[in-house]
Amino acid sequence: MTDAPKRTPLYDLHVALGGKMVDFAGWEMPVQYPMGIMGEHKQCREKAALFDVSHMGQVILRGDNVGEKLEALCPQAFATLKEGKARYGFFTNDDGGIMDDLIVSNAGDHYFVVVNAALRHQDIPHMKAHLDGVEVTEIFDRALVAVQGPAAENVVGDLCPAAREMTFMETILADIDGVECRISRLGYTGEDGYEISIPEADAERITRLFLAHDDCEPAGLGARDSLRLEAGLCLYGNDIDQSTSPIEASLAWAIQKRRKEEGGFPGAARIQKELAEGAAKKLVGIKPSGRAPARQHVEIQCADGNTIGEITSGCFGPTVGGPVAMGYVAAPHGKPGEQVKLIIRGKPHDAEITALPFVTQNYKR
Amino acid sequence: MTTYYSEDHEWITVEGDTATLGITKHAAEQLGEVVFIEQQDSGEEFEKGGEIGVIESVKAASEIYAPLDGEITAINETLADNPGALNEDPEGAAWIYKIKLSDTSQLEDLMDLDGYKALIG
Repeated sequence: MTDAPKRTPLYDLHVALGGKMVDFAGWEMPVQYPMGIMGEHKQCREKAALFDVSHMGQVILRGDNVGEKLEALCPQAFATLKEGKARYGFFTNDDGGIMDDLIVSNAGDHYFVVVNAALRHQDIPHMKAHLDGVEVTEIFDRALVAVQGPAAENVVGDLCPAAREMTFMETILADIDGVECRISRLGYTGEDGYEISIPEADAERITRLFLAHDDCEPAGLGARDSLRLEAGLCLYGNDIDQSTSPIEASLAWAIQKRRKEEGGFPGAARIQKELAEGAAKKLVGIKPSGRAPARQHVEIQCADGNTIGEITSGCFGPTVGGPVAMGYVAAPHGKPGEQVKLIIRGKPHDAEITALPFVTQNYKR
Repeated sequence: MTTYYSEDHEWITVEGDTATLGITKHAAEQLGEVVFIEQQDSGEEFEKGGEIGVIESVKAASEIYAPLDGEITAINETLADNPGALNEDPEGAAWIYKIKLSDTSQLEDLMDLDGYKALIG
């Protein structure tokens, strides 16, 4: 049995703008617009691009000590997350694998959480079952749009001056053309920008106001994927999943010092052991030498022909001007500069292990 | 000179037993921006339905299938450096192979332009 794909409050707008709609995690989403993935990608790196990310789960957590309670599910220091700040995190399972990644914001009288579209059905019950005394409410009546790129500050700031004053990973409630929106200075493209949660009834109107700016064009899932990959950001289901630990995924930076030392989160034993001793495999950047893109599941071999890993994400990087990829390799082979072979359609292609990201992140610190 | 079309969205223009093969404009539009093409070498023989190359767009890889039996006599080498030509002029400058057909009767299995137009609606 399959359910009909769901539509976001911006579906009609996507169609009106010529968006090519595809099924993504049960949602009918634009993969690209007439400008094309390459053009949308460049638009985001050079000016500003607008993405509909309403398919992601928006969740309100209310209760006492929500941040503290979240620490029982996540390795992040959410208890000390200051009001008005957001933080990247993930749920871990008892084996130290990643159940999903998420953004948690301390909104003062509540916590605001954004989770992946495909994992809403898992994450909501998970939080309900384990956050004692916390009211977990998934909200369905708000759109979520991301305005990303060096011109994002002007696109959003022209309509909402308060947005200009924000720094990376800050969140506020502010009016946009008379509508109260939650504005967070963050995103998943490696560029400066905002994610804006807008009441459904006003979503299309506000989105059109952003798009009316000369520097802002709509972009789809295709560009979102190439942007996040160039920025070295993991995609759940590709680069991280229930079996991969945050240490393998090179996400140790997302676990704060106190939590690393104290533990007390699911899978802490494995994660702390890998922090101390290193993990057997690690997620690295991979730059093919030629023009052939290396996609997910392409085998990685070391110079002597032994298999050392597999690509988890790969595409043509429009800003890099060539193929880029991420994948897991056996830890001894994970140093930048290591020469490897990628087995694409049975033929070996030269490639090099590189540091991530491929494109310098451009956040407003 | 006659042009035929395959269900896999290739065109072949035939003169005697030699032909030029490429992908249709419709196929190029469906693929999106082409960033890479993997071509076989001149001299390679192939059978109808066999894979004779791969075209990669920003997002995905798509195989090129031989519409009939033959041998590659020339490849369009300009595509290696300029795969984007497959979007700009797929039915002209961005031809992919010159081929020598081994069984011209197989042409009867292909479509003419009207048939192809009906296929892609």
